[in-house]
Amino acid sequence: MTLDVSGAQLAAIRAHGERTYPRECCGLLLGSFEKGDKKRLVEAYAVENTWQGAGEFGLGDGQGEERRFLITPEDYRAGERYARERGLEVIGTYHSHPDHPARPSEFDRGNAWPVYSYIIVSVQNGRAADLTSWTLDDERQFQSETICRTTEV
Amino acid sequence: MGVKVLIPAPLRRYAGDQESLELEGASVGEVLDDLTGRYGELKKHLYSEDGKLRNFVNVYVNDEDIRHLQQQGTAVQSTDIISIVPSIAGGD
Repeated sequence: MTLDVSGAQLAAIRAHGERTYPRECCGLLLGSFEKGDKKRLVEAYAVENTWQGAGEFGLGDGQGEERRFLITPEDYRAGERYARERGLEVIGTYHSHPDHPARPSEFDRGNAWPVYSYIIVSVQNGRAADLTSWTLDDERQFQSETICRTTEV
Repeated sequence: MGVKVLIPAPLRRYAGDQESLELEGASVGEVLDDLTGRYGELKKHLYSEDGKLRNFVNVYVNDEDIRHLQQQGTAVQSTDIISIVPSIAGGD
Protein backbone atom coordinates (compact mmCIF):
# COMPACT_ATOMS: atom_id res chain seq x y z
CA MET A 1 0.00 0.00 0.00
CA THR A 2 1.23 3.48 -0.85
CA LEU A 3 -0.12 6.85 0.28
CA ASP A 4 0.56 9.89 -1.88
CA VAL A 5 0.61 13.08 0.19
CA SER A 6 1.70 16.67 -0.22
CA GLY A 7 4.11 18.35 2.14
CA ALA A 8 1.40 20.85 3.07
CA GLN A 9 -0.93 18.11 4.36
CA LEU A 10 1.85 16.49 6.38
CA ALA A 11 2.64 19.91 7.84
CA ALA A 12 -1.04 20.38 8.77
CA ILE A 13 -1.05 17.05 10.66
CA ARG A 14 2.19 17.89 12.48
CA ALA A 15 0.88 21.34 13.42
CA HIS A 16 -2.37 19.86 14.73
CA GLY A 17 -0.41 17.47 16.95
CA GLU A 18 1.66 20.33 18.34
CA ARG A 19 -1.44 22.48 18.93
CA THR A 20 -3.22 19.89 21.06
CA TYR A 21 -0.11 18.63 22.94
CA PRO A 22 -0.08 17.06 25.52
CA ARG A 23 -3.46 15.73 24.39
CA GLU A 24 -3.81 13.56 21.29
CA CYS A 25 -5.07 15.18 18.11
CA CYS A 26 -7.16 13.32 15.55
CA GLY A 27 -8.69 13.77 12.13
CA LEU A 28 -9.84 12.09 8.96
CA LEU A 29 -7.78 11.64 5.82
CA LEU A 30 -9.83 12.71 2.79
CA GLY A 31 -8.79 11.77 -0.71
CA SER A 32 -9.23 8.99 -3.21
CA PHE A 33 -8.57 5.30 -3.68
CA GLU A 34 -6.40 4.82 -6.76
CA LYS A 35 -5.47 1.76 -8.82
CA GLY A 36 -2.86 -0.64 -7.54
CA ASP A 37 -3.42 -0.32 -3.78
CA LYS A 38 -2.59 3.37 -3.85
CA LYS A 39 -4.38 6.17 -2.06
CA ARG A 40 -4.05 9.90 -2.53
CA LEU A 41 -4.47 12.27 0.39
CA VAL A 42 -6.02 15.59 -0.57
CA GLU A 43 -7.03 17.06 2.78
CA ALA A 44 -6.28 16.32 6.43
CA TYR A 45 -9.66 17.05 8.04
CA ALA A 46 -9.18 17.97 11.69
CA VAL A 47 -11.72 16.62 14.21
CA GLU A 48 -12.00 17.45 17.89
CA ASN A 49 -10.86 14.64 20.17
CA THR A 50 -14.04 13.65 22.05
CA TRP A 51 -12.51 10.75 23.98
CA GLN A 52 -14.25 11.87 27.18
CA GLY A 53 -17.46 10.51 25.68
CA ALA A 54 -15.93 7.16 24.78
CA GLY A 55 -17.72 5.25 27.53
CA GLU A 56 -20.94 5.66 25.62
CA PHE A 57 -19.41 3.50 22.90
CA GLY A 58 -18.01 0.90 25.25
CA LEU A 59 -14.46 2.05 24.45
CA GLY A 60 -13.53 3.77 27.72
CA ASP A 61 -10.59 2.09 29.47
CA GLY A 62 -9.68 4.62 32.16
CA GLN A 63 -7.18 6.47 29.96
CA GLY A 64 -7.42 10.20 29.21
CA GLU A 65 -7.00 12.34 26.13
CA GLU A 66 -3.22 12.23 26.58
CA ARG A 67 -3.34 8.56 25.57
CA ARG A 68 -6.58 8.13 23.62
CA PHE A 69 -8.71 9.77 20.93
CA LEU A 70 -12.21 9.29 19.61
CA ILE A 71 -13.95 10.40 16.45
CA THR A 72 -17.65 9.74 17.02
CA PRO A 73 -19.75 8.17 14.27
CA GLU A 74 -21.59 11.52 14.00
CA ASP A 75 -18.29 13.35 13.41
CA TYR A 76 -17.26 10.62 10.97
CA ARG A 77 -20.51 11.05 9.02
CA ALA A 78 -20.04 14.84 8.97
CA GLY A 79 -16.52 14.37 7.59
CA GLU A 80 -17.81 11.89 5.03
CA ARG A 81 -20.48 14.36 3.85
CA TYR A 82 -17.85 17.13 3.61
CA ALA A 83 -15.67 14.78 1.55
CA ARG A 84 -18.45 13.71 -0.81
CA GLU A 85 -19.36 17.34 -1.53
CA ARG A 86 -15.80 17.71 -2.82
CA GLY A 87 -15.73 14.45 -4.77
CA LEU A 88 -13.52 12.80 -2.15
CA GLU A 89 -13.79 9.82 0.22
CA VAL A 90 -12.56 9.03 3.70
CA ILE A 91 -9.35 7.07 3.07
CA GLY A 92 -8.13 6.87 6.64
CA THR A 93 -7.43 8.72 9.83
CA TYR A 94 -4.58 10.39 11.69
CA HIS A 95 -3.71 10.98 15.32
CA SER A 96 -0.78 11.96 17.49
CA HIS A 97 1.16 10.03 20.12
CA PRO A 98 2.31 12.64 22.65
CA ASP A 99 5.74 11.63 24.03
CA HIS A 100 5.39 8.16 22.52
CA PRO A 101 6.80 6.62 19.31
CA ALA A 102 4.91 6.82 16.00
CA ARG A 103 3.97 3.15 16.14
CA PRO A 104 0.41 1.78 16.43
CA SER A 105 -0.60 0.50 19.86
CA GLU A 106 -2.62 -2.61 20.58
CA PHE A 107 -5.57 -0.29 21.23
CA ASP A 108 -5.09 1.22 17.76
CA ARG A 109 -5.11 -2.29 16.27
CA GLY A 110 -8.25 -3.35 18.10
CA ASN A 111 -10.20 -0.44 16.66
CA ALA A 112 -9.05 -0.47 13.07
CA TRP A 113 -10.32 -1.60 9.71
CA PRO A 114 -8.23 -2.76 6.76
CA VAL A 115 -7.49 -0.65 3.68
CA TYR A 116 -7.68 2.68 5.55
CA SER A 117 -4.43 4.58 6.15
CA TYR A 118 -3.58 5.23 9.80
CA ILE A 119 -1.12 8.10 10.08
CA ILE A 120 0.57 8.53 13.46
CA VAL A 121 2.70 11.53 14.37
CA SER A 122 4.91 11.36 17.43
CA VAL A 123 4.98 14.64 19.35
CA GLN A 124 7.97 14.88 21.70
CA ASN A 125 7.94 17.68 24.27
CA GLY A 126 5.45 19.59 22.17
CA ARG A 127 7.36 19.30 18.87
CA ALA A 128 6.23 16.98 16.06
CA ALA A 129 8.85 14.31 15.35
CA ASP A 130 8.44 11.04 13.39
CA LEU A 131 5.39 10.58 11.18
CA THR A 132 4.42 7.12 9.92
CA SER A 133 1.50 5.48 8.12
CA TRP A 134 0.04 2.00 8.60
CA THR A 135 -2.62 -0.26 7.13
CA LEU A 136 -4.30 -3.28 8.68
CA ASP A 137 -3.90 -6.51 6.71
CA ASP A 138 -6.45 -9.31 6.26
CA GLU A 139 -5.18 -10.93 9.47
CA ARG A 140 -5.83 -7.69 11.39
CA GLN A 141 -2.12 -6.92 11.78
CA PHE A 142 -0.71 -3.46 11.05
CA GLN A 143 1.77 -3.19 8.19
CA SER A 144 3.89 -0.13 7.51
CA GLU A 145 2.66 1.94 4.57
CA THR A 146 4.96 3.85 2.21
CA ILE A 147 4.37 7.60 2.22
CA CYS A 148 5.15 9.22 -1.16
CA ARG A 149 5.63 12.97 -1.15
CA THR A 150 4.01 14.52 -4.21
CA THR A 151 5.13 17.70 -5.89
CA GLU A 152 3.33 20.76 -4.56
CA VAL A 153 0.96 22.36 -7.08
CA MET B 1 -37.18 -7.55 -1.87
CA GLY B 2 -34.29 -7.22 0.54
CA VAL B 3 -32.97 -4.50 2.79
CA LYS B 4 -30.29 -2.24 1.37
CA VAL B 5 -26.98 -2.25 3.26
CA LEU B 6 -24.32 0.34 2.42
CA ILE B 7 -20.83 -1.16 2.60
CA PRO B 8 -18.10 1.25 3.80
CA ALA B 9 -15.20 1.66 1.38
CA PRO B 10 -12.54 -0.24 3.39
CA LEU B 11 -14.76 -3.33 3.63
CA ARG B 12 -15.94 -3.49 0.01
CA ARG B 13 -13.11 -5.80 -1.06
CA TYR B 14 -14.59 -8.40 1.33
CA ALA B 15 -18.10 -7.93 -0.11
CA GLY B 16 -17.56 -8.53 -3.80
CA ASP B 17 -16.37 -4.94 -4.38
CA GLN B 18 -19.95 -3.73 -4.06
CA GLU B 19 -20.97 -0.39 -2.56
CA SER B 20 -24.33 -1.74 -1.41
CA LEU B 21 -26.09 -5.07 -1.12
CA GLU B 22 -29.72 -6.20 -0.92
CA LEU B 23 -29.92 -8.60 2.01
CA GLU B 24 -32.59 -10.60 3.77
CA GLY B 25 -33.83 -10.29 7.32
CA ALA B 26 -36.57 -8.82 9.51
CA SER B 27 -34.17 -7.27 12.03
CA VAL B 28 -30.74 -5.62 11.89
CA GLY B 29 -29.19 -8.72 13.45
CA GLU B 30 -30.75 -11.00 10.84
CA VAL B 31 -29.60 -8.76 7.99
CA LEU B 32 -26.04 -8.69 9.39
CA ASP B 33 -26.16 -12.47 9.75
CA ASP B 34 -27.12 -12.70 6.08
CA LEU B 35 -24.24 -10.34 5.23
CA THR B 36 -21.57 -12.31 7.10
CA GLY B 37 -23.10 -15.59 5.94
CA ARG B 38 -22.56 -14.57 2.34
CA TYR B 39 -19.24 -12.81 2.90
CA GLY B 40 -17.45 -14.66 5.68
CA GLU B 41 -14.27 -12.58 5.49
CA LEU B 42 -16.25 -9.57 6.73
CA LYS B 43 -17.01 -11.22 10.04
CA LYS B 44 -13.67 -10.62 11.77
CA HIS B 45 -13.74 -6.93 10.87
CA LEU B 46 -17.28 -6.43 12.23
CA TYR B 47 -17.33 -8.86 15.18
CA SER B 48 -14.82 -9.52 17.95
CA GLU B 49 -13.68 -13.04 18.89
CA ASP B 50 -16.53 -13.33 21.42
CA GLY B 51 -19.08 -12.86 18.66
CA LYS B 52 -20.17 -9.34 19.63
CA LEU B 53 -20.26 -6.41 17.25
CA ARG B 54 -16.93 -4.60 17.73
CA ASN B 55 -17.30 -1.56 19.98
CA PHE B 56 -16.14 0.85 17.30
CA VAL B 57 -18.60 -0.51 14.72
CA ASN B 58 -21.88 1.40 14.69
CA VAL B 59 -24.98 0.51 12.73
CA TYR B 60 -27.55 3.02 11.54
CA VAL B 61 -31.03 2.34 10.20
CA ASN B 62 -31.64 5.31 7.96
CA ASP B 63 -30.35 8.13 10.22
CA GLU B 64 -30.87 6.41 13.58
CA ASP B 65 -28.10 4.72 15.53
CA ILE B 66 -29.43 1.29 16.58
CA ARG B 67 -28.00 1.89 20.07
CA HIS B 68 -30.89 4.35 20.43
CA LEU B 69 -33.38 1.83 19.04
CA GLN B 70 -33.58 -1.89 19.86
CA GLN B 71 -29.93 -2.63 19.06
CA GLN B 72 -29.62 -5.59 16.71
CA GLY B 73 -33.24 -6.50 17.41
CA THR B 74 -34.35 -3.34 15.60
CA ALA B 75 -36.97 -4.30 13.02
CA VAL B 76 -36.26 -3.36 9.40
CA GLN B 77 -38.24 -3.39 6.18
CA SER B 78 -37.38 -3.16 2.53
CA THR B 79 -37.61 0.63 2.44
CA ASP B 80 -34.91 0.99 5.13
CA ILE B 81 -31.24 1.60 4.46
CA ILE B 82 -28.65 0.18 6.86
CA SER B 83 -25.28 1.95 7.18
CA ILE B 84 -22.17 0.62 8.93
CA VAL B 85 -20.21 3.53 10.41
CA PRO B 86 -16.96 3.41 12.41
CA SER B 87 -16.28 5.48 15.48
CA ILE B 88 -12.56 5.93 15.09
CA ALA B 89 -10.63 5.39 18.28
CA GLY B 90 -7.03 4.76 19.15
CA GLY B 91 -4.04 6.10 20.95
CA ASP B 92 -0.81 5.08 22.55
